[in-house]
Amino acid sequence: MNLYDLIFYLFAAVTLLSAAVVVSSKNIIYSAFSLVLTFFGVAGLYILLGADFIGVVQILVYVGGIMILLLFGVMLTNKITSVDIRTGTVNVLPSAIAIGVFMGLVTSIMIWTKWVSFPTETPLTTTNELGKLLITEYVLIFELLAILLLVALIGAASIARRDKE
Amino acid sequence: MYEFLTNLIGNEVLAWIIIAALPLFVVILPYALVAIWLERKVSAHMQDRLGPMITGWHGWLQSFADVLKLLQKEDLVPAEADKKLFNIAPALVFTASYAAFAVIPFSSAFIGSGAEIGIFFILAISSFAVAGILMGGWASNNKYSLIGAMRSVAQIISYEIPTALIVLSMVMITGTLSLEKISAMQTGYFWNWYIFGGPEWGLTKFLLIPFMFVGFLILYMSTLAEVNRTPFDIPEAESELVGGYHTEYSGMKFAMFFLAEYANMFAVSAIVSIIFFGGYQSPVGYLGDLFGASWLIPFEQLFWFVAKGLFFVFVQMWLRWTLPRLRVDQLMNLCWKYLIPYSIANLIIIGIISLI
Repeated sequence: MNLYDLIFYLFAAVTLLSAAVVVSSKNIIYSAFSLVLTFFGVAGLYILLGADFIGVVQILVYVGGIMILLLFGVMLTNKITSVDIRTGTVNVLPSAIAIGVFMGLVTSIMIWTKWVSFPTETPLTTTNELGKLLITEYVLIFELLAILLLVALIGAASIARRDKE
Repeated sequence: MYEFLTNLIGNEVLAWIIIAALPLFVVILPYALVAIWLERKVSAHMQDRLGPMITGWHGWLQSFADVLKLLQKEDLVPAEADKKLFNIAPALVFTASYAAFAVIPFSSAFIGSGAEIGIFFILAISSFAVAGILMGGWASNNKYSLIGAMRSVAQIISYEIPTALIVLSMVMITGTLSLEKISAMQTGYFWNWYIFGGPEWGLTKFLLIPFMFVGFLILYMSTLAEVNRTPFDIPEAESELVGGYHTEYSGMKFAMFFLAEYANMFAVSAIVSIIFFGGYQSPVGYLGDLFGASWLIPFEQLFWFVAKGLFFVFVQMWLRWTLPRLRVDQLMNLCWKYLIPYSIANLIIIGIISLI
């Protein structure tokens, strides 16, 4: 057990435990804050695997995004506007079957795939390579995504402004 | 630094722990004690008062007295508060502001992590402070705390955009996200700093200078807003919200929020000084080079870095006691209608200039 393993298990534990809280908590605020921790744990695992840029983007996008989610959660919780949010468990049997099938699939893929392993070395930064790929090989997808985001932005703004009749 | 400590102690885990604790004990805590005292003296002298004078010479022990007072205070948790989140929030806010110090190069020999991702990491990790503020504000179960927290989140998320755009334009010029490399590029004399167009001589250097000044102003304003300092302190506007998101906190938990605020002030000043003012680089050359003592250089760099950081912290205090606070709508107008368009224009112009 060296330092690498220690950090890996730490982040894995953070991810799993907080994910369990996300789905099991009856309080929407607790769930949302646990989701922040879950994404943080996943980001830690990314960085541990050498994907530094993806890890930081994970924090930047998802933690920022959850903040907005949280704002709505805060506005809706019963402590302020006394709206009771219904939380409970429904459809236990179908979801159990679905989860069982999915887990079986993932485990079987994990066991039967021939994994290619590389010797561990200090990973280089990925930012430069990612930038080059995005602007050469995947430039069309990159630009399309940018347009999609712009459309979403303009749509949101136009919906929000419609009350002036 | 890490190798030196590993050799000294002989245990890599222990060496990492010491490296992780160094910025806290060497920089943040002494700095916070000085800065809190300085804030009182600066505010006092700007208002033609004397400020604390009794504890020590010109009251320099006042911060220690404050710490002792805060340590002895009763730890109050409101009866209707959400106790778990209420207790976690101050720790989360402080952790987020402390994490930013991991990638800040204090001198060429003293940096927590030389990670290539540098400045981008700071932009990302600061969103945890938002989470902590919202957590504290919500868990207090107090309308002032909640309004303060909501304002704070809206403000920080809005002002992250101009910050990121200016940082992006600087990343375009330097070609790296690493704060260590950005500092190392600006070596030599002060005209190599990016505020004066960067280390490369030529036409582009002189074309860049005005846009660098615009970029510096926008970055300074938006980082000021991100740390909730006056004139952007509507999240804790005393005249409207008592104390904002930390209204219900007392004792050491309040002290954590307070420490996080001062740590953040230094962190953003450090970022501004690294990006535009050469970071740890001396403006006039090193004594170590003059005397041929190369071991002296890292210490000189630490001195210059702290001096630049403290200067910008002083400017923040100066602004706090000079300018009135903005209204909520003015604050959002300033960000969305002025800072963001200007920073986008700045980004495009700097891009065109760097193509020449």
